[in-house]
Amino acid sequence: MARQRRVPVHEAAEEAREAAEAERLPEATRPESLEVEDLREHLPGIEPDRQVTDWGRSERVEGVLDRTLVDFLYHYWFRVSVEGVDGVPDGNGALLVSNHSGALPPDATMIAKAIKEEHPRPRPLHITVEHFFKGYPGFAMLLPKIGAVPAHPANVHRLLYDESQLVLVFPEGRKGSEKLYKDRYRLRRFGRGGFVAAAMRAQVPIVPVCVVGAEEAQPIFAHLRLLQKLTGLIYVPVTPTFPLLGPAGMLGYLPAKFAIRFLDPIPTDQWGPEPWEDSGLVQTVAEQVRDLIQRNLLDMLSKRSSVWLG
Amino acid sequence: MDTRRILITGLSTFWGGRLARALEDDDAIETIIGVDVDDPTVALDRTEYVRVSNQHTLIRRIVAAAEIDTVIDTRLAVDSTVAPPRLAHENNVIGTMNILAACSGPESPVRKIVMKSSAHYYGCERDDPAFFTEEMRRPHPPKTPIERDIVEAESAVRDFADKHPAVTVCVLRFANTLGPGLRTSHTRLFALPAVPCILGFDPRYQFIHEDDIVGCLEHAARHDLAGVFNAAADGVLALSEVADLLGKPLAPVLPPWGTGLVAKPLRRAGMRFPSELLNQLRYGRGLDNRKLKTSGYGYRYTSREAVQQLAKQLRLAPILRDAREPYRYEQEVEEFLRYSPSVRRGQH
Repeated sequence: MARQRRVPVHEAAEEAREAAEAERLPEATRPESLEVEDLREHLPGIEPDRQVTDWGRSERVEGVLDRTLVDFLYHYWFRVSVEGVDGVPDGNGALLVSNHSGALPPDATMIAKAIKEEHPRPRPLHITVEHFFKGYPGFAMLLPKIGAVPAHPANVHRLLYDESQLVLVFPEGRKGSEKLYKDRYRLRRFGRGGFVAAAMRAQVPIVPVCVVGAEEAQPIFAHLRLLQKLTGLIYVPVTPTFPLLGPAGMLGYLPAKFAIRFLDPIPTDQWGPEPWEDSGLVQTVAEQVRDLIQRNLLDMLSKRSSVWLG
Repeated sequence: MDTRRILITGLSTFWGGRLARALEDDDAIETIIGVDVDDPTVALDRTEYVRVSNQHTLIRRIVAAAEIDTVIDTRLAVDSTVAPPRLAHENNVIGTMNILAACSGPESPVRKIVMKSSAHYYGCERDDPAFFTEEMRRPHPPKTPIERDIVEAESAVRDFADKHPAVTVCVLRFANTLGPGLRTSHTRLFALPAVPCILGFDPRYQFIHEDDIVGCLEHAARHDLAGVFNAAADGVLALSEVADLLGKPLAPVLPPWGTGLVAKPLRRAGMRFPSELLNQLRYGRGLDNRKLKTSGYGYRYTSREAVQQLAKQLRLAPILRDAREPYRYEQEVEEFLRYSPSVRRGQH
């Protein structure tokens, strides 16, 4: 019953790997396991002839992009260096939580690519995006194909719990990606802690992720409110290449050096049964995760001697 | 509870007819009675057809006289191209209330009601979950008449279930249906030379094959399933995938803005986009079908296989046109076959 005790997050992070490896709770002792375990057995089977998953993810589109643009950006443009990727669970579900930046944020794709390239057991990463994109032409078509999923709690739960997948969330949301260059690397509010509740419900660990470089790759100097209203987009930023080079300027990334640090997983089954009902606890954990990422970001930045060379 | 004496409403619909035919093979079922305002459209062996409107006093007399223990309601119209909105409302909302009224009362013999409903109950919106489960509510109130009707009909059924705990009430919410015997707005659109879509959108679609429709209704008739169940085949396809399987290109004929304005003249040109379908073409919909699976039902087709079946049928359609003699209901013939002493059982 030692697990019932509330453990501060940073201690918990150290225990995480042991806990994950040594004694995994027997299935039957998990709450609600009997009822829901049945449902997991009834997930639709995989049809090998299909190239698109039930979520709309297309192997073909993703593969083409991965081999061309993403590969180039990862290896040659951003020259991504990665630490601690081995800590990402290799079989079960896990919720990756990261800081967010860049007008058309390149961080999500780079984290996904890092797991694909460096992890001993590469797995697809599902990226949660705002519902807005499901309703905007073009985005609605492309984003699901490359692994984006609308950030609905039910979607996150199904991916994490029922399908044991990796899910990436940006709790800052658009507040992170629309912030101006002068506010770089200062984390915004972490939503309302919904990501913590989601991980608790799904009984999967939280993996904090810190990304350095995305802020400088596409700095935002100002916002064009009028154009935003006319296009109905969530924001229209002024970046070094946009609107100077037209719409294609949105893809104009500066060659900043990227560094991604995966922190140790934080187990979410340490707070007894149904911890998500305790909103105070949820908020506290969310705040602790935010602190942890902020501290690590500052640590990475203090060691960086050049924005472009790392 | 044993299901022995069944009343099927909406016998002339595809659903009711096929279901009656499937149940006829079971000798444990003593009686099958079908009611509708139109003649049956499939040949039936021993199902008795009564032409009656949805008036509850008449149906109540039939229920009481035949000691019906199970009512299967397949009458709900879920496609607004089938009937004008006022008729559909009459059928869906008032009709459902009348059927339920016919089954209520302390001396009613009815012990089970199975209602066919539709996934339109959930609607299609931007902030939907990717997979609706049965206990989820739609995030926004319905905007199209057919969706309003379905929500209203279901709430009437829920009220009935609350007031009659002794009656097993089962609601089946069906995904978009496909099959050689069915003509829906979707099969009509898929039969066009190119699959129409909204520019910049590739919605997720889930289907159910007509054999599974009959299978699900039969499963619900034979077992005691209480509550709401989603009925949808495994697999959610992107519309582009559907077009691929049909071997047709996607045609973005509808603009992302002002979709409704453009849909109107297109309707006149033969592409009929009912209003509830426009939202589906934009946002798509997926259902969690696991609750029905845990109750023991196994789907025969996946969504993909259902579309493949449709592709086969569409390729044959120009060749087989008018080749099959349609079934015609003749009251005298049917009555002769059922009741005349000259007819030897199983020989006609």
